[in-house]
Amino acid sequence: MREASLRPGPAPAAATMGEPGPRGRFGGYGGRYAPESLVEACREVEEAFREAREDPGFRNALAELLALHAGRPTPLTPAGRLSRELGVRLYLKREDLTHTGSHKINNVLGQALLATRMGRRRLIAETGAGQHGVATATAAALLGLEATVFMGERDIERQALNVFRMRMLGAEVVPVTTGSRTLKDATSEAMRHWVGATAGSHYCVGSVIGPDPYPWMVREFQRVIGDEARAQCAAELPAGVPDHVVACVGGGSNAAGTFAGFADTTARLTGVEAEGGAGAARGRLGVLHGCRSLFLQDGDGQIVEAHSIAAGLDYPGVGPEHAHLRELGRARYVTVTDDEAVAAAVRLARAEGIVPALESAHALAWVIRAAGDGGLPAGSTVLMTLSGRGDKDISTLKELL
Amino acid sequence: MTNALAPGAVERHLRARRDAGRRLLMPYITGGVTPGWTDYLRAFAEAGADAVELGLPFSDPTLDGVTIQRASEAALARGVSTRRILAELAEAPHPGVPLVASTYYNLVLHDGPEAFCAALRRAGVAGLIVPDLPVHEADELADAAAAAGIDLALLASPATPQARLAEIARRSRGFVYAVSVMGTTGERAALAASAAELAARLRHGTDRPILLGFGISTPDQAREGGRHADGVVVGAAVMRRVLDGAGPDDLRAFIATLRRALDQE
Repeated sequence: MREASLRPGPAPAAATMGEPGPRGRFGGYGGRYAPESLVEACREVEEAFREAREDPGFRNALAELLALHAGRPTPLTPAGRLSRELGVRLYLKREDLTHTGSHKINNVLGQALLATRMGRRRLIAETGAGQHGVATATAAALLGLEATVFMGERDIERQALNVFRMRMLGAEVVPVTTGSRTLKDATSEAMRHWVGATAGSHYCVGSVIGPDPYPWMVREFQRVIGDEARAQCAAELPAGVPDHVVACVGGGSNAAGTFAGFADTTARLTGVEAEGGAGAARGRLGVLHGCRSLFLQDGDGQIVEAHSIAAGLDYPGVGPEHAHLRELGRARYVTVTDDEAVAAAVRLARAEGIVPALESAHALAWVIRAAGDGGLPAGSTVLMTLSGRGDKDISTLKELL
Repeated sequence: MTNALAPGAVERHLRARRDAGRRLLMPYITGGVTPGWTDYLRAFAEAGADAVELGLPFSDPTLDGVTIQRASEAALARGVSTRRILAELAEAPHPGVPLVASTYYNLVLHDGPEAFCAALRRAGVAGLIVPDLPVHEADELADAAAAAGIDLALLASPATPQARLAEIARRSRGFVYAVSVMGTTGERAALAASAAELAARLRHGTDRPILLGFGISTPDQAREGGRHADGVVVGAAVMRRVLDGAGPDDLRAFIATLRRALDQE
């Protein structure tokens, strides 16, 4: 069994990507802006998480689930042909090779195990692209839990295959018809539902968003990506660490997990957002879904609907730790367009035989662009997290290509 | 509209009425939900409201059920904003009872707590409820509200432990908003048992006015709520009627039935 990814003991509050302070703050971001009815439930989750991460039994059980069911560790694949074309040395952290096809399973297995430890019998989740929903449905089936997944009607149309997968796994998929009928509204509806179901249910948040402790807890469950990649880079790269670490950002969970493994290195961290969902790059300070962070808003403070071809990036904000990393200058956040992402997906497919999720294709699109315009110097080493595989997006791509 | 309401006006007003033996009634209206929406305020007061909760619509109301969500969407679809609602309010005759704004924290942060509270004050609003701002995050706004003479009322829930309940009661201003049920806003068939328990637990530690809200829809439920607490907030039952086309006169009649029920206690 591989070593547990959750590091024992609290990190100093001041450390970048360490433990947030007692109020769940990353600098001026984060917090627990939850309705009073959910405050006690959040406190219980925090207490359970703090105890669990100190418990070798929990850490070992999670490591076993990750190894035997999720298929960890995932490989670090050198993208040989594409690297030669681009003039940089590109390595792909292959979260697309996990069971259920995306990094989402890492966090969900952690939270599902935590839920059972707390005596909860049911998971509540929101999903955009459906990857978090599929992961939740999978973990629930594996651990004998029930699962209720909220999903915007628009996303249900876009991700019919994943909806079917969730239902086949025994989950209830609840269509959300409010607002933009996407991830933002599914998240609101899941929170509303949780208010009435705190006694027996655990809200399994899918990204590094939500009230404290979720942004921290989800990052810690996703840290396995960065920790593995760090060790793999140490073995593979002459310098031990890459020059650049790149990941796509919707709410930002795969990026947070990846960055966490490299926050204390010299690697330059880049989060890539969708042009129409650029919470970190173009959001302003606000509070939504339980945390203080950066959100796309209109001139009156109303949340603006995000638009992206990748349903998982169709969220108008970014996790509070990303807002903090941006403010610190530790990470930069850039955007790419739908067209660039689609072109990048095709290029990866043809150069490396890998069809990426459209979310991951955003990260690659920036790598391609930056390699061409000097943003990534020739010969530099680039680690890019391939957060998920593109099977779920085939019908979208089929219409476009 | 004049700036006649002094700091602490909501609490002084509610305490005075309660201490005179009256059960308190605070109906809710979503600002800007219809043209002429300010007419509802006067109708509510004429029907016997002791204060009016004025919802400032937000795009993502995470604690509201379908009725208030629909009302918020309807208002936003009309192009209203906090600024416009407060401007319309300032131009309308004051209903004569305190107005208590309610909205989500994003709208407070948008202009900043100081500017937001000052704008409320200028428009004649004397109180504020922010359902996604629990007591441990409230320092920033509490200070700004106090400086502007706005009573920031905090929410308590059936899940709130006793020590935290005491802190909420101590730091709340105007009244304590007791959320009667673990759930969102919306009409319910019966008042939850948790309502009486929460009111009793609150009552144990404070003499601040306690208003029960969430799910109080009928005169019988208002009467029962008034038995446990100092009064009730009625939101979704009002807004359902407004969304169905009921005008100020219709709502005056409905609020009057709630008033009579409370007065029978």
